[in-house]
This record gives sequence, structure tokens and C-alpha cells, in this order.
Amino acid sequence: MGHMKSVTAENLVKTYDKGAVRALDGLSLDVEEGTVLGVLGPNGAGKTTTVRILATLLSPDSGSATVAGIDVIKHPDKVREVIGLSGQYAAVDETLTGWDNLVMFGQLYHLGKSAAVSRATELLERFSLTEAARRPIKTYSGGMRRRLDLAASLIVKPKVLFLDEPTTGLDPRGRQDMWGVIEELVKDGVTLLLTTQYLEEADQLADEIAVIDHGRVIARGSSDELKRQVGGERLEIVVEQAHVSATARIVETVSGSKVAIDEGLRRVSAPVTTGASALIEALRAFDAEGIHPLDIGLKRPSLDDVFLALTGHVAEEEKPAEPDVRGRKRGKK
Amino acid sequence: MSFVSDSWIITKRQLLQLTRVPEVLIFSTIQPVMFVLLFRYVFGGSIQTGQPGGYVQLLMPGIFVQTVAFTLAGTASGLAEDMKKGLIDRFRSLPIARSALVIGRTLGDALLNILVLFVMGLAGFVVGWRPSSGIAKISLAFLFLLFFGYALSWIGIYTGLAVRDARVVQNVSFLVTFPMTFLSNAFAPTTGMPRPLQYFAEWNPVSTMVAACRELFGLQNQFGATAGSFPSEHPLITSLFYMALIMVIFVPLSVRKYINTSK
Repeated sequence: MGHMKSVTAENLVKTYDKGAVRALDGLSLDVEEGTVLGVLGPNGAGKTTTVRILATLLSPDSGSATVAGIDVIKHPDKVREVIGLSGQYAAVDETLTGWDNLVMFGQLYHLGKSAAVSRATELLERFSLTEAARRPIKTYSGGMRRRLDLAASLIVKPKVLFLDEPTTGLDPRGRQDMWGVIEELVKDGVTLLLTTQYLEEADQLADEIAVIDHGRVIARGSSDELKRQVGGERLEIVVEQAHVSATARIVETVSGSKVAIDEGLRRVSAPVTTGASALIEALRAFDAEGIHPLDIGLKRPSLDDVFLALTGHVAEEEKPAEPDVRGRKRGKK
Repeated sequence: MSFVSDSWIITKRQLLQLTRVPEVLIFSTIQPVMFVLLFRYVFGGSIQTGQPGGYVQLLMPGIFVQTVAFTLAGTASGLAEDMKKGLIDRFRSLPIARSALVIGRTLGDALLNILVLFVMGLAGFVVGWRPSSGIAKISLAFLFLLFFGYALSWIGIYTGLAVRDARVVQNVSFLVTFPMTFLSNAFAPTTGMPRPLQYFAEWNPVSTMVAACRELFGLQNQFGATAGSFPSEHPLITSLFYMALIMVIFVPLSVRKYINTSK
């Protein structure tokens, strides 16, 4: 199909509290068919609002959007037939079992009882939930809930899948599992729009990343392109006060670039391009000079670094730009 | 029609919940049965009714009405809970009629009421309740009770959508429902109340429902009617009017509120 756009959003504006809060301020983006767009931004940047508009749960004040070629505002019913949505919270009935939930949602997609049953069985198998299928969801771990929630959004193979912060609140193991599951889906060719607060996650899963802040896209590109803007990995070493200047000298030799020194934290850092080998080289040099670093490591650019590089300010965590419309707690980290 | 089957799937979900969490069913029946026993044995001895069969005959219709009145709180908190869990978002992203969810829920709560009323009726029978009007009128009374509960569930839908927090909803509904059931003829004669409260009690839908049920169960309409008001003379018609009024106001209001939720 070449360059078909599966999702488009033009100039979306959404305000809350009678215009006092601008959750979306002219946001535009698009996702090419069969690709993954990672929407990266801090809490309150407008990620969830964007997803809710594209998934027909919310109407924008102005602007337009299409999903699979269908106008989201004019034909929300048709859009609902071709999308899957999985949010920050596992939106399933916790008193029921995993099996109950999937069969119910299957029936609500009008599959008919027997087709709903076989689809449920299939999805439970695929998401490694067969053993837990007959247990109430409230006995599930966070990762299992998310997988079940994802399964529920895949009952009728959607053309476009929206995942709103699919790993927020999961432990590292749960996050890894979820990434594996999402990668499998992408291999099957689904078009995916995924929001995240983690650069690492966008890096891992997305073909293209849109960074958003204050309700608009402030940067777009592949993860390599963004990292180039941010400056890639940094070598960071914390040493005793007496060794700061010697350390700075070594780091400069190893990295070949300008060294940043934080006297207060006794921390020396510099961008490196050779990754782990730079780390080893530095350690050898320290050993030769008898310096024992208190802490040493390679630091990948974080969301904060991306924001700092792109906007000159750090990502604001506690910004009330997206009041929670359903009155539930949002974005616990 | 997929709208009907969608609603039914939502209703079935609630029934399924009852089988998965039987505690809900147990507690929603234990409470009214406890009321039957407490009132029957605590007040039964000291309230003079002049009615053959004693206080329990007058008490049962009162407790039936009180129990279905609490449907409001049940519907409201159930819906608020679904909103909080994000389940409503999931339903709203499905290709189903938006009203299917609210209609399905009110039906589910009505079905639960059938069960609860049945258990209470049995408990009443055990402690001496003997309706004397014959099967047709008794069935009509129960039908009436179910409709009353159903109408109130629509107020519950609206409350749940408006308040959004299950615990707050529960408290608010309790604060409204509890005085409503006691400022009525349900448990004691209204004649003992201060004059202004008597008027309130006579026009209170709970009183008209209780009086209507007492009639249908074959009792003299007692515990009310000092002022000779229209509701106390014609409790059945007044109750029907109240139910129609509630539905006419709250069905469209609730459906619209649901559709516009988080717009």
C-alpha cells in the first residue's frame, strides 16, 4: 500500500475547565499503515487526551482526525469497529475470570457465542494466560492484567491499535514481557500508536517517535534521529573529592569530548559513542592510577534529557494539564 | 436486534458476577432478612396494629419497599465502580449502542431484586407473614415492587455518573434513601409524627408504595392517612404516577449523561 496513513490528526485542540486548561494545543500527527508511532511525553503532556480522541471517547474542541481512513468525529461508530484500545489501567471486570471477560467482550463485538469462546481460548493461549483463565482477574499480577486487557483489545483483529502507557506501573519483568507481546503484534502487521513516558520503551518498540509537550508535537523522528539531538549515552563517574580533576582528565581522554563536572556531587560525565568499551577503558585507566570510583556507569538519555535538549526545560511531572475526566487517580509511577 | 442482545450481555455480566462473588448475593439478602427479624421481634410486640396476624403483616410490605429503594444505591455504586476501573471506557470503545450498557445494568439490578424479594418473602413467611389476597394480587404487588426498584435504578444511573466515586455514591444514596424510608408509613404509623412530617410522609413515594402493597396483600391501608390526602386515598395510582414521572425524567437524562460522559 506504500504510504497510506492509518491515523491522521490535524490541529487537535482540547480544553478543559472552560478553556482554562489547554490539554491539546494544535496537535498534529500521523501514523503510516503497518508502522508503530511512539508518542513520548511526560504526565500531562496530552498523551491520554490524544488517544481518547482518536479512540472516539472524547470529542476535540476543534481539529480533525481519521483512523483507517474514517473520520473520527463524523463516524465514531465505524471507527469503533476497526480499533483496539488498551489504556493505562486494565479495563476489565475484576470480579470475573479472564475467560469470562474475553467471552463477554467477544460477544459485544458480535462474534456469537461459539466464536467468542474459541477466540477467548486462542487469545488466552497466546498471552500465556491459559492457566489463569478460570481465576478472577483480581488474583492476577499487574503484568497479567495488562496482558488480558491487551487481549481484550485484540478480539476482532483491529486495523489500528492504541496502547496508552502499556507498561506504566509494571515491574521490570512485567515490562519486558509486555514488550515481547507488543513486538509479536507488530510483526503481524498491526498499525500501532503507543504512548509512553519512557524513551527506552519508545526506542524499543516504535518506528517513529513523536515527542509531545504542552499539547503539541515538539519533535518527530526515528529514535536515532532523536538521540542524535540529545547526544546519546554518557559516561558518569562519582569519585572522592581528591580525585575529581584526575578523573576529569581520564574521562576526557576516553570520551574525546568535553567533560561536565559537578563539584557538589563529585560527578564527572561526558558523552561517549563507543558504549561499553569506553567504560572498560576508563576502568583500566582508573585502576592504573589507583583511583577507586564510588559509582561508575553508562547513562542512557532519559526522557528528561530529551526534554532538556528539545525544550530547554525538564519534563514537568506534576502538571494538572490533563484533569482526569473520570475522576480516578492518574499516572502513578 | 443487536441493541437488545448487547444489553442482555451486560445484564448477564452482572449475573455472572453473582456466581463468581457469591458474597455479594449473600450480603444483599442477609441484610433485608435481618431487618425482617429485627423489626418483627423488636417492635412487633409493642406496636398495636389492630390487624389480624399482627405487626408482621404491616411490616413486610414496608421492608419490601425499603429493600427495593436501596436499588438506587446499588445501581449507582456499581456504575461508579465501573467508571473508576476504566471499564466504561472499554465499553464505550466497542461497536455497541451506547445505551446498551445502562439498560443492561438496570435490568441486571432488577433481576437481583427478584431474587432478594423471593428470599425475603420466604423469611417473612417463616416469621408469620400471611398475605391473604390470593396469588394474582400478590404477584401484582411483587411486580409493582420490581417496577419501583427499576425506576429508582435510573436515578441510580444518573447519580453514579454524576458522582463517579463508588464510596461517595454509596454514602450519598444512603443518606437520601434512609430518611425517605423512615419518614413514611413503612414501619410505624405516621399519626405519631409532627404535623408537617405527616404531610411529607403521606406524599412520600415510599408511603404510597407501601400502602399500595398493603392493599394488594389484602390489608386495610393502615399507618397513614390522617390528612386524607390524595396519595393516602389512592396509593396505587399515585405510585404509578411517581414511577412514570421518575422514568420520564431520568431515563433520557441518564442516557444523555452517559453519552456525554467525559466529552
